Amino acid sequence: MTFFYDTWVIYRRQLRLALRNPAWVIIGLAQPVLYLALFGPLLKPLAAQIGTANAYTFFVPGLLIQLGLFGALFAGFGLVSEWREGVIEAERVTPANRAALLFGRVLRDLSLLLVQGIVLIALGFAFGMRGSLLGMLLGLVLILLLGGACSAASYALALTLKSEDALAPILNSIALPVLLLAGILLPISIATGAPQWLVTVSDFMPIKYLVNALRELFVGHVFSITTMWGALWVLLLFALGIFYGTRTFRKDNA
Amino acid sequence: MAVKAVDGVDIDVAEGEIVGFLGPNGAGKTTTLRMLTTLLKPTSGTATVAGFDLAKEPVKVRKAIGYVSQSGSTAGIARAGEEIVDHALLYGISAAQAEKRGKELFDQLELEGMWARQPKTMSGGQRRRLDIAMGLVHDPKLVFLDEPSTGLDPQARANLWTHISDLRGKLGTTVFLTTHYLDEADALCDRILVIDHGVIVAADTPDALKRQVAGDLVELVLASESEVAAAASHLGKLSSNATPDVDGLVVSMRVQNAGAELPGLLRTLDKNGVKLEAIEVRRPTLDDVFLTMTGRSLREDA
Repeated sequence: MTFFYDTWVIYRRQLRLALRNPAWVIIGLAQPVLYLALFGPLLKPLAAQIGTANAYTFFVPGLLIQLGLFGALFAGFGLVSEWREGVIEAERVTPANRAALLFGRVLRDLSLLLVQGIVLIALGFAFGMRGSLLGMLLGLVLILLLGGACSAASYALALTLKSEDALAPILNSIALPVLLLAGILLPISIATGAPQWLVTVSDFMPIKYLVNALRELFVGHVFSITTMWGALWVLLLFALGIFYGTRTFRKDNA
Repeated sequence: MAVKAVDGVDIDVAEGEIVGFLGPNGAGKTTTLRMLTTLLKPTSGTATVAGFDLAKEPVKVRKAIGYVSQSGSTAGIARAGEEIVDHALLYGISAAQAEKRGKELFDQLELEGMWARQPKTMSGGQRRRLDIAMGLVHDPKLVFLDEPSTGLDPQARANLWTHISDLRGKLGTTVFLTTHYLDEADALCDRILVIDHGVIVAADTPDALKRQVAGDLVELVLASESEVAAAASHLGKLSSNATPDVDGLVVSMRVQNAGAELPGLLRTLDKNGVKLEAIEVRRPTLDDVFLTMTGRSLREDA
């Protein structure tokens, strides 16, 4: 079937180009690593107040989400520059499957995300994180689903807008509220002193359930109601992102 | 807001033809090309491209055509050869065949030794030839070239023209190219379609189009003011529907088939004692054609 073959051709090319310029992979990882090194120590004395035995076991899941969310959301910028170089048109004029042009790119992002996630977890251990390995593995799967949703949606948006100037404010206006309201850095709950209205607003943020699920998984609560909700939400986001991306790439006038 | 870039364009191109699509910037050339190459869906109308219905069989059209866009086709940081091979793979060509064909094209297009080069380190002309190689790697029957020589220096342009005529000459490929350069259309094309404001205003061979401009421009430069009237009167006899323009010592008029008329005119002028300082005959250019068709010069927009 041409879809899988074309996806493989696109994926291999994208990965080759990404590895030719590994600086971006490293820069993408730098942000969560800096948070881990510079923000982690501030959380340590607060561990009891947050309600966790180990500040890093609490903190690393949030950083993983940040990695999956931000790295993938900004993938669209690469597509805009590919558009400018004529690569997208050159690919669209071939008989290649249209969805494959998207999936090859999304898979490249997920491969990089997987490596970054593993490095981040390994660094977490170095800083003193402890927890369930199985839970962490499942957590990585959820992060990949989140990354897939974000990168597919970002590519679709980029293909529609074809301009960094239009893309940047839109992505920033999505990313910042998510970062603040999903409790990625600090938990948003009454127990830690958050005001009720803020908790209510954050309840509408699907990523919050994913953050909570990841924290449960990291301490080994694999089958809890919290992890189920997180998995459900991320699956829904994944389906939406892939649907939006595929539809945009299949459009005649993209 | 819907912008009508192209409105009712009828085009017929025969196999093995090189057809030029000539018009100023913004005339609708690229839009038409993007529609014919399945990149843009027309709001209405039908087209058969390389034997397939554009709307119903876009994948078959894509397999049969090559497209060389003006914006390029390769990533600057990739390697030229890898881009060619990957592009060919998307057409379902085997990796071995793709590499063989790609290297042949590199030789033909004077890109020897560029296989491992990064496109960003190539010159404009080399990069354009790489784009053409990308568009040809699957041996399409029909190639669309969008403004192939834009931004190239004169030497690179002339070199590119050779390669484009070779496409037809050596491979039998049908070529459809857009340009806003008259000399390019004139030098390369068997037939020219002139487009302006999204409408085709003329379609013919370059020579026939030029003939429509009522002949060659004959310019007589007189030696003295007193002979201007006589010269004008003799020149005027060569055409029944034109009158000579007089500008100082220069008398000019468009004359059909000036090459044949000129010896007679010179003899007559000589017999009547009219002395000429100089004589000039200018064949009509496609710019004259465009001016006659649209009332505007191509150069004003270019």
